[in-house]
Amino acid sequence: MRSLSGNVGGLDLQIPVILAAGILGTTGASLRRAALAGAGAVVTKSVGLLPRDGHPGPTVVVLEDGLINAMGLPNPSFRGFQEEIDVGRTGPAPVVASIFGSGSEEFAEVARSLKADAFELNLSCPHAEGLGAEIGCQPDNVEQITRAVKRSVDVPVWVKLTPNVSDIRALGLAAQEGGADAVVAINTLRAMAIDIQSGYPILGNSFGGLSGPAIKPVAVKAVYDLSGVLEIPVIGVGGISDWQDAVEMMMAGASAVQVGTALMGGYGVFQEIARGIASHLDRKGWTMEELVGLARRRVA
Amino acid sequence: MREGAIGGTAARATDGVIKEVIVESDAVRTFCFQEPHSPWPGQYMMVWVRGVDEIPMSFSGPDRMTVHAVGEATRALFDLQAGDALGLRGPLGNGFSLVGEKILLVGGGVGVAPLAFLGDEARKAGMEVTSLIGFRTASDVVLKSRLEGLGELILTTDDGSAGVKGFVSAGLAKVDLEEVDQIYLCGPELMMWDVINRCRSRADRIQACINRYFKCAVGVCGSCCLDPEGIRVCAEGPVITAERLLEGEFGRYRRGPSGSIGSCQG
Repeated sequence: MRSLSGNVGGLDLQIPVILAAGILGTTGASLRRAALAGAGAVVTKSVGLLPRDGHPGPTVVVLEDGLINAMGLPNPSFRGFQEEIDVGRTGPAPVVASIFGSGSEEFAEVARSLKADAFELNLSCPHAEGLGAEIGCQPDNVEQITRAVKRSVDVPVWVKLTPNVSDIRALGLAAQEGGADAVVAINTLRAMAIDIQSGYPILGNSFGGLSGPAIKPVAVKAVYDLSGVLEIPVIGVGGISDWQDAVEMMMAGASAVQVGTALMGGYGVFQEIARGIASHLDRKGWTMEELVGLARRRVA
Repeated sequence: MREGAIGGTAARATDGVIKEVIVESDAVRTFCFQEPHSPWPGQYMMVWVRGVDEIPMSFSGPDRMTVHAVGEATRALFDLQAGDALGLRGPLGNGFSLVGEKILLVGGGVGVAPLAFLGDEARKAGMEVTSLIGFRTASDVVLKSRLEGLGELILTTDDGSAGVKGFVSAGLAKVDLEEVDQIYLCGPELMMWDVINRCRSRADRIQACINRYFKCAVGVCGSCCLDPEGIRVCAEGPVITAERLLEGEFGRYRRGPSGSIGSCQG
């Protein structure tokens, strides 16, 4: 297989396929397992200043073409989490710590207290009060928080953006202005499901965020828009289940992709996607540089 | 969007109407549903007590679950009667696999429930079934007559108020393990850990139905991952061969809803 390795957002990746935040990243052992299965990097579940149990169940609704979740940022706090990161780092891929907070100071405190290969700022979780997208939908907040974390750590900082805004480019530009090494787009779309037998909203939190194949076209457009205005790399995430999805996301402008919901089908997805991208490049005679952002150049 | 599954796993909740509630003991009840769910023993469902929470429950038969009231959701469940409904997701997980001709069921407390279901299937397959079941005291004993109907039964109670006095391990001495092809285990973690440790040399022939904090139940959220391999207990379990439990967290610690590490008692 041809090499797909390269530097994306300040991290050297063997393959540009990454375990997305919130998926299996609760324990060091599961992060290591994803790395051993071939992930180019692994992102932890988001951690914050204080322990949180998360929302009551049900926490997921499984649809034919997607998953609605409202986990509610459960985490043992950064104090309990360093050990998990350390176990994760015994695997063969860099570990990116996803962190959240209520503002610049909290973000910076959590980041300063953790040792990881990079940080991903969760400014996009759609179902936690006063956190995630509730602050991350304002470009000013994104810029300030990014800057505060960049000043606190000496490893790359990625910023994960919410699509639940009128123009995601403003958030991407704010992250870049704050010094981000890359943006990650997109987090889940606000969503809800209601039980028709009883009338209860199914999720314990009433609403949540939609992921999976259903949101891929939305993610492709967000990545296309962001890559058109940013100088920093865009990491594409949202509904990628196979190599064709990954190639499409890269053509939209993603330098790497993250995979989340597709892990429902097992850990083999990282290798399958990487092999598929490599074969497609071989068939077409393209390089990675030629693939990334090809769609924009086609219509230029 | 039609309800269904990504990767062919779980479906969205269906409405489970309760047909009958059987009082098994002060704290244990069996809920029978109008429609069976085609589960295999050891599989579970996510039971949504609407407005309260969603919790995993093993099947104690094709159409039923046997529940010990221990928390908010299980207590809310006990307020329900025939005609009331729950949201059900499942069957989920792998379930036990039947191996050999002579099997031993080892259960503690309400952990005997999936074993009774397994015993029914084993008898249908012509296997010889011995049951070793343990409870705190005589008034906690459940599903005894059902298990007695399957073959030899050894009962233990911690206080000696029924059967052999002591833990389940006290009854283990009364079984000739050389005669047993496979051991099936379900109950409190430290009870299972004790049995596994006493039978370490045959750990490859013990199937344990274990418990971790399940949230998504479809193998993506990571809350139930088991050290050191990162086994997703909700999707790859809940039945795990004991040899994969020997050198990790099982019997030593487990994570709670936040992911914080705590005791594995209870």
